[in-house]
Amino acid sequence: MQHMQYSPAIKGALFFACLIPLGRLVWFGLHNQLGTNPIEFITHSTGTWTLNFLLITLCITPLRQLSGWSWLIKLRRMVGLYAFFYACLHFITYIWLDQFFDVAAIIKDVIKRPFITVGFAAFILLIPLALTSTHAMLKKLGGKRWQSLHRLIYLIAILGVLHFWWLVKKDITEPLIYAVILASLLGYRVINSNSR
Amino acid sequence: MIIKKLLTRNSGLIQPSEITDQKIYLSRRKFIGTATRASAAIAAGMVMPGLLRNSHAATSLSVKKLSNIRKSALSTQEPQTPYGDVTIYNNFYEFGTDKDQPAQHAHSLKTRPWTVVVEGEIKRPKTYDIDTLLKLAPLEERIYRLRCVEGWSMVIPWIGFPLSALIKQVEPTANAKFIEFTTLHDPKQMPGQRSGVLEWPYVEGLRIDEAMHPLAILAVGLYGEVLPNQNGAPIRLVVPWKYGFKSIKSIVKIRFIEKATASSWMKAGPHEYGYFANVNPAVDHPRWSQAKERRIGEFLKRDTLPFNGYADQVADMYAGLDLNRFF
Repeated sequence: MQHMQYSPAIKGALFFACLIPLGRLVWFGLHNQLGTNPIEFITHSTGTWTLNFLLITLCITPLRQLSGWSWLIKLRRMVGLYAFFYACLHFITYIWLDQFFDVAAIIKDVIKRPFITVGFAAFILLIPLALTSTHAMLKKLGGKRWQSLHRLIYLIAILGVLHFWWLVKKDITEPLIYAVILASLLGYRVINSNSR
Repeated sequence: MIIKKLLTRNSGLIQPSEITDQKIYLSRRKFIGTATRASAAIAAGMVMPGLLRNSHAATSLSVKKLSNIRKSALSTQEPQTPYGDVTIYNNFYEFGTDKDQPAQHAHSLKTRPWTVVVEGEIKRPKTYDIDTLLKLAPLEERIYRLRCVEGWSMVIPWIGFPLSALIKQVEPTANAKFIEFTTLHDPKQMPGQRSGVLEWPYVEGLRIDEAMHPLAILAVGLYGEVLPNQNGAPIRLVVPWKYGFKSIKSIVKIRFIEKATASSWMKAGPHEYGYFANVNPAVDHPRWSQAKERRIGEFLKRDTLPFNGYADQVADMYAGLDLNRFF
């Protein structure tokens, strides 16, 4: 395998690549291509991309260890923040486009609907991770504390997949794919920490 | 601007049905008007036209017009959901679980020859050829609301005849308390049946008094045309006061029975789907609220009405029934 070198261009390119899912939605919106139920389409798309970015974030450590490309770590914060960014879009879609700020209905949903409860919990848990993602916060918290806080990402990803699993009516093919990928990413870490 | 887009989009793909059907054209114009007003009323961010109007033009495979259609006093006056939405946003798991898959895959369904077996507790069991069924009773246009259990709704101008016309002809016996309907089971024609997502064939049922109700129809068309395959061709049930999944599609068997049998969705989720499945804003699906619905084409959700707004006509049939238990 070619030993790939890091260059800031990679990070720059990735930054714009991560905006493609949003750009696609805006393009579809402007060209009447969001389908018959546009709000459902936006909700599903932003939700899917939140999960995708969560899993990509979780890929980085195994990929770095397996490939030896230690510079991959430089991309992790950005991908993680994109997961938070798409989660925000997903959350805004829900409270604005889907529920139209019907606070009573939203509260009832969060309490009564397990799939919304876990999705909401995952979103709330993402907030401290986003807030402490800067280098200054890492220094302030100290490496150990920062790391244990950021291990919340495992729980968040599990809640995210559960959120997807519980919302589908019957065909669980897609959530199952996410669950398998997540299980292997978490399994890798378990095996890795045991063998050390 | 939106109208210009509508005219330029899909040029070269325009079907005869698009050009000739003034009703669709008018309903679209009405719809665009509503969408424009709504977007003006709703704050910034709602400027994207795609949020409020459908993207798909009518692309019907069957442009066969049905003739001698009577109007019906049972029709609603509400704005109709555009043909393009009615025929591309479908739940018909026999052709896949995504909404757009039925429109993509249903061309493999052969609707001729087609027979419907009518049997069970009746004096005149018979296998009907579909073309005989089409002439069984005068065809009527019934513009009904359709409320899906998932929380969205449409208004659809069905063409069909009362189910009661068929029932009277086959003369049920005193033992006929329920009717069981069955969809075609043929994975070659219905590729979705290769997946185990539901138990095949799809089965639904009605109590005999529900089936005799004037609102219950067998539909053979919509928007004045023969039913597109993805909407349940060649013949389907429409019971507008119940969730959409009760209105079974592509029927091959109608059986009169004494004891009710479990429907496909009851078997798939006994705690989530009941035999009656009457639209009821007060009884939530265990995983989501049924209090509101999104009418396709509208931005704000609207309140769901008991029995989908047909309570005046149908609520009597359920007097004394605990609707929380018998959902």
